Amino acid sequence: MQGSNHLLWIYRVYVGLFFLYLVAPLLAAGAFAFNDSTFPSLPWRGFTLDWFISDTEPKLGLLNDEPLLRGMWNSFYIGMIVAALSVAAGTCNAFLFVRKDFPFKSAFYVLMVVPLVIPGVILGISILVLASMIANFADSQFGLFLTWLRPGVPLIVLGQFSFLTTITSLVIAARLQKFDISLEEAALNLGASRLRVLTTVTLPFLFPALFSAFIVAFLVSFENFNTTLMLVGSDAPLTITMYDRMVKVGSTPVLNAVSVVLMVGSGLLALLSVVAQRSPKSD
Amino acid sequence: MSRDAGRLSLILLFAPFALWIGLLIILPQIGIGYISLREKVGINEYEFGFKNYADFAQAAVYRNTLFRTAWISILVTMLALVLGFPISYYIAKIARERSRAALFLMCLIPLWVSDLVRAYGWIVLLRETGVVSTALVSMGVINEPIEMLYNDVTVIIGLVYTVILFMIVPLVSTMQGMDDSLLEAGFNLGGSRLTVFRRIVVPYAMPGIVAGCIIVFMITAGSYLTPVLLGGKNSSWFTEQIYNQFITRYNWEAGATFGVLLLLFTSLVVWLGLRLTGQSLATTVAKDT
Amino acid sequence: MNDLSCVGVTKKFGDFTAVRNVSLEVPPGSFFSILGPSGCGKTTLMRMIAGFETPSAGDIRIKGESVINLAPNKRNVKMVFQHLALFPMMNVGENIAYGLRCQGEQKSEIPEKVRKVLDRVGLPGVEDKRIEQLSGGQKQRIAIARCMVLQPDVLLLDEPLGALDLKLREHMKIELKQLQERFETTFLYITHDQSEALVMSDQVAVMNAGGFEQIGSPRALYDDPVSGFVAGFVGDANVLPGTIDEVRGGEARVILDGGGAVLARLADDSNTGDRVEIFVRPEALRIGGDNGSGSLSGKVDSLLFNGAASRILVRLDTGQLVEVADGDQASEVSAHDAVTVSWQPDRSRIFVRRPGA
Repeated sequence: MQGSNHLLWIYRVYVGLFFLYLVAPLLAAGAFAFNDSTFPSLPWRGFTLDWFISDTEPKLGLLNDEPLLRGMWNSFYIGMIVAALSVAAGTCNAFLFVRKDFPFKSAFYVLMVVPLVIPGVILGISILVLASMIANFADSQFGLFLTWLRPGVPLIVLGQFSFLTTITSLVIAARLQKFDISLEEAALNLGASRLRVLTTVTLPFLFPALFSAFIVAFLVSFENFNTTLMLVGSDAPLTITMYDRMVKVGSTPVLNAVSVVLMVGSGLLALLSVVAQRSPKSD
Repeated sequence: MSRDAGRLSLILLFAPFALWIGLLIILPQIGIGYISLREKVGINEYEFGFKNYADFAQAAVYRNTLFRTAWISILVTMLALVLGFPISYYIAKIARERSRAALFLMCLIPLWVSDLVRAYGWIVLLRETGVVSTALVSMGVINEPIEMLYNDVTVIIGLVYTVILFMIVPLVSTMQGMDDSLLEAGFNLGGSRLTVFRRIVVPYAMPGIVAGCIIVFMITAGSYLTPVLLGGKNSSWFTEQIYNQFITRYNWEAGATFGVLLLLFTSLVVWLGLRLTGQSLATTVAKDT
Repeated sequence: MNDLSCVGVTKKFGDFTAVRNVSLEVPPGSFFSILGPSGCGKTTLMRMIAGFETPSAGDIRIKGESVINLAPNKRNVKMVFQHLALFPMMNVGENIAYGLRCQGEQKSEIPEKVRKVLDRVGLPGVEDKRIEQLSGGQKQRIAIARCMVLQPDVLLLDEPLGALDLKLREHMKIELKQLQERFETTFLYITHDQSEALVMSDQVAVMNAGGFEQIGSPRALYDDPVSGFVAGFVGDANVLPGTIDEVRGGEARVILDGGGAVLARLADDSNTGDRVEIFVRPEALRIGGDNGSGSLSGKVDSLLFNGAASRILVRLDTGQLVEVADGDQASEVSAHDAVTVSWQPDRSRIFVRRPGA
């Protein structure tokens, strides 16, 4: 067809521009972490790692910035806890929906997916409200002071867990679907107990999905903002800390340094999760 | 005997599911519904009724915020579809095998990076002292730095940026499944490019389009960082109102009301969308990576 | 005492009866096959023996003891699954050792047992290979080794040769028979392929719609089928539909549906006026002359060359196509020749018409 070559090139240019658009803000955020200037903007004053390591004001590097480091640590351990919990719950859900039959199964399946459709802010406020109601009730009726139901890490964990479980369930269920049930029957036939079958045949097969789900859950938890914002107490994860900096205090390129760390970290973990699912060895 | 064991394992497996959905999803939503109906008349004295909703309906500022959020979300969804469809098509159909995986991965990367970093990147680029402004000044295109943030256009650009990948991913998945011979048959039978597009490609990609639009709309309506950071204090975004009511003003009743309204509104749109196109949650959103 | 016996085993799924009052006795050290078309219930029967399904009625006994209430991981019948079910996340040695570990064998003794059984199946030294590195035939032997290392009372094989190509299948049939003799274990083999059943088995049970039609040696099934189903399922047969005109002792005169009258041997209690089918094997038919059954005329339709299994296809005047064996390709007819076809009456069988025939 005539002119299709012409069209193809315009198309290619569009695609190229699009990827430029995709990458621009990330570059902007990342590049200026290395700019030797107190301002994350042009002109470029030379390459430096100060925003990572320096310990003197006004250029306080990331590694010496107490609140930011604490934020990172909080994000890290919250992420670990939430990821572990949601992978465990997700595995149960996967077995429930792939292996079992029960009345209203399709309705319950829709319920399982619903958390992804509810805006994160709503998930946050709803859990906040419920927790407070319970805490107030316990306080007024029994005199029990339940701090873990007030805004803070436990509530953040619950809030993130509520929708991460859906993600992990879907990832693990997809893998479980592909499992050849005759492998379990063969193991039983060879004398294995049901528990043994689970641990030596089924779970090893599921492992790439469990690993991948863990990483995805950790990542999404680490960068979550909307739900966490409503549930945060005194220990703030990194995203909240960074937001506070941006809005209230005014920012130095240390935030760019944080961005670089976040981008590199997320990128590596994401790659890891993709590779784990594709690994031919554990097919 | 094995029947009992089967029953027991069903109960054991169902319990975490029930606890999770019941305690963390269903009960909390009921909770905010309950609170939204509550009105504080005195210390620890409450009355129940629809007063909060009436207040909302009467306060122009809140009504307008909801409408604004709604129409911008719809606009962003449309833009994401129009801008994203060609990209998806390119990745799914035109790119060569090797570059396809690379391109798709490149699309996924911004997704993995936090909303926060992306918004921050736009700020660095577009604010008055930011990259674009200083570049334009130094190139002599303009005389003074200009503020490009804090207006609707920027918010829309930022929102499209945030969500466009959620449109591209389902579209690519759907279109990858399309057999090339369908297109070839279309051309062979005399169709022009436009006809083939309209009658073959679009209908085939419809489930992906619907999935993408629903997801994108939900995310846009529910997003917080992008409109607030890029739009400034006058950004007038509904989720910001919710945050204000809860955290700044400690008016949980009003906040819950707004939350319920947002939930109802987005659910309505999702339900309508699914209904109109004959899909269900299980066939669209649940077909995740 | 028989290694395996089933007594009146029945299995119903709701209204559907998959297995209907099946009884069988498998003598120790024999190769017993269950032969039947898809859906006849043979897989369900095997799964009940292995313990993955519970019979609705009846008993299953291994070495005389009822195993109905034993869980599948406690029965000493080991199964080679249809797609082998070799564990992909373990190597060959670990696959074979799996059952031994479950039994709590001494860790130190396991490698030696694995080595011995691999020798016996003719694949020494492959312990460290991964499953995907094996060929189809090798995987078969590993699957068998994995079961045999546990010294089961009975080995169940669920159509294991289905995924192999023709030449390999032919080779494996002989291999399996030899393995069975070498291990001196009772094999219970299910298949829909009658040549597998006939070649390997000491006894064959032909199964149809949930029940056994006939149990016997391969020869008995081939020469003396007891029903139209068995006659048609085991070996090749030409089937001529007709109605009985007259009964004379063990023979009957049959008017064929398309016209013509022939003599054939009665094989069940059909009587005058019954609608029946005559079964004649291709090797029992002769071209030309009258062999005592009366002859049928027709035209040679085509000659099919297949080495020793060559056939002459004749289109009878009744309109039906019959196959005449031409093993030494000595026939001198060619296409479109007018010929007559006949057989010796006692090499034919009359059975009541099969439903749907």
